[in-house]
Amino acid sequence: MDKLFTTLENLLRPKGKKGLAGIWEDDHKMVEAARKTREMGVKKFDAISPFPLHGIDEAMGIPRSWIPWVTFIFGLTGCAFGTWFTWWTSAVDWPLIIAGKPFWSLPAFVPIIFECTILFAALSSVGVMIGLCRMPTIDPHTIDPDLTCHKFAIFVPEDEPGFDQAKLESLFKENGATDVRQTEF
Amino acid sequence: MIKREPLVLGNKTYKDVTDDICSLVETLPGGKYFLALLTAKTLLLFYLVVLGFIVGTGMGLMGVNHPVGWGTDIITFVFWIGIGHAGTLISAVLFLFRQKWRMSIARTAEAMTVFAVMTAGLFPILHTGRPWLAYWLLPYPNQRGPLWVNFRSPLLWDVFAVSTYATVSIVFWYVGMIPDLATIRDRAKNPWRKRIYGALSLGWRGTAQNWNHYEMVYMLLAGLSTPLVLSVHSIVSFDFAVATLPGWHTTIFPPYFVAGAIFSGFAMVVTLMVIVRECVPVFKDYITMNHMESMNKIIMATGMLVGYAYASEFFVAWYSGSPYEQFVFVNRAFGPHGWSYWIMVTCNTIIPQIFWFKRARRHIPTMFVVSIFVNIGMWFERYVITVTSLHRDFLPVNWDYFSMTFFDFGALFGSFGMFFVLFLLYIRLLPAISIAEVKPIIHVGKEEVHHG
Repeated sequence: MDKLFTTLENLLRPKGKKGLAGIWEDDHKMVEAARKTREMGVKKFDAISPFPLHGIDEAMGIPRSWIPWVTFIFGLTGCAFGTWFTWWTSAVDWPLIIAGKPFWSLPAFVPIIFECTILFAALSSVGVMIGLCRMPTIDPHTIDPDLTCHKFAIFVPEDEPGFDQAKLESLFKENGATDVRQTEF
Repeated sequence: MIKREPLVLGNKTYKDVTDDICSLVETLPGGKYFLALLTAKTLLLFYLVVLGFIVGTGMGLMGVNHPVGWGTDIITFVFWIGIGHAGTLISAVLFLFRQKWRMSIARTAEAMTVFAVMTAGLFPILHTGRPWLAYWLLPYPNQRGPLWVNFRSPLLWDVFAVSTYATVSIVFWYVGMIPDLATIRDRAKNPWRKRIYGALSLGWRGTAQNWNHYEMVYMLLAGLSTPLVLSVHSIVSFDFAVATLPGWHTTIFPPYFVAGAIFSGFAMVVTLMVIVRECVPVFKDYITMNHMESMNKIIMATGMLVGYAYASEFFVAWYSGSPYEQFVFVNRAFGPHGWSYWIMVTCNTIIPQIFWFKRARRHIPTMFVVSIFVNIGMWFERYVITVTSLHRDFLPVNWDYFSMTFFDFGALFGSFGMFFVLFLLYIRLLPAISIAEVKPIIHVGKEEVHHG
């Protein structure tokens, strides 16, 4: 049973990239090293940390997340859907006189429209975030299990333009990396 | 210079934080825990039996009668929904206000929200008398026309509000847990533990790009939950306020209900946190006395808001000049159900005044007792609103008394069994304090070490 699962997991596991990883125990030094790696000319690399790091986005040149646009557009969609649906069911598909109110009684529909707006906006934002983080993934490659606990890492894939094993190794070590290793991520 | 109080005590390192919080998930609980779980589970079984009788026999088993058509089910529904609101307030509103002290209590408060809403959701369904037809509440294409639901009814607004609230709260809670579930996955020695938490963590990797999107979504969810939580209890109050019934038909209801919800919810958070702190001593470093004091301050402030609402309702009844409105309020305080009114006033506005004293705010037994009184008082608030407005109609021929039966009490007390079973399971199976959120704040208030 256990063997079967392990085989399945190996089959389903996404292909990792080979590359060089540096590991830190001090987050500030890691952010500094990330900035220098970028200055060296490496554009795309990963910085792995157990919690969001202050200043890492600037150091790595990561732009502001565009998910708010998703939230906005799906919020509008939810709002439009709620408006259309209450109108269509109450005034078009089967109009019924209730408490002498008009068929299209917008003020009474505001709570429904509001809830639809929130629901669409929230679920779409989370869905897009999960997709952008390439989740769900089965058992992804990890460089070190402590990277979700107290260690920090920079990973540069081999095929990235500007990858220079010797230069990166010395850069990592000069900036306080406790460990540098060849790995897959 | 005034020094900042540390948010986390005991000079923790990142590793200590992980070890402390994960220890609950990774060790077998002791006898005390199993005793608590067994008690809660027995109460849950009792609840199921009571629900079985009510569903099997009918609503006649409960105390509802001709003038008082809304009884224990609606009272307890509003009670539990209100409890849930403090969790969203802590996790979303305090997040938007950048209140760093929220980090260590947000997860458990949010869990309380989810379980309270689940507990609450059963009551209106039970109240319909035919719970197997509950899906009629949803607008779906059907073979009766299709006959659509009545979107003009506050009761239907409630269906939408509560179900949206439940969905968004669960999503918010779960999104917050993803990085912590990955932490438990990476620490796991047992392959099955690794698989289960690995699946729950959705394969989180924690790269800077991931955190960038993650933090944005977390903030967006907080921003969406804030108006949502205010709307939910406003809509619950519309269940009453939209009816043209003296005692219910009041414009003050939405803010009054929201303040009451936050008040009762914070009391429940204090109750639970005192229990958690006692059962898990290591959590005292994270849920510090300062946390408890802040929550007690909020309890006192919202308690006075609620007290103001009670007074203003009486003033408006007198000022309106409407004899029907005036009768309802005099009857509320001095009529046959007057005892419930005075329980409410004592528990909600008088007892929390003890929190003017710093010693009381920082004394665990005092705050525990006060929080229990507030919970009792807030249940009676909903009792007062529901029952005293209904039991004496415009015609004396419609007057009757409301008395709760064994099944009313069974449903009320049994629901605590459901809530506590869920809560106790949560505390040992999921990370009860947000690991990734606490780590960035462990340096606050320490002798600052400056990094280059």
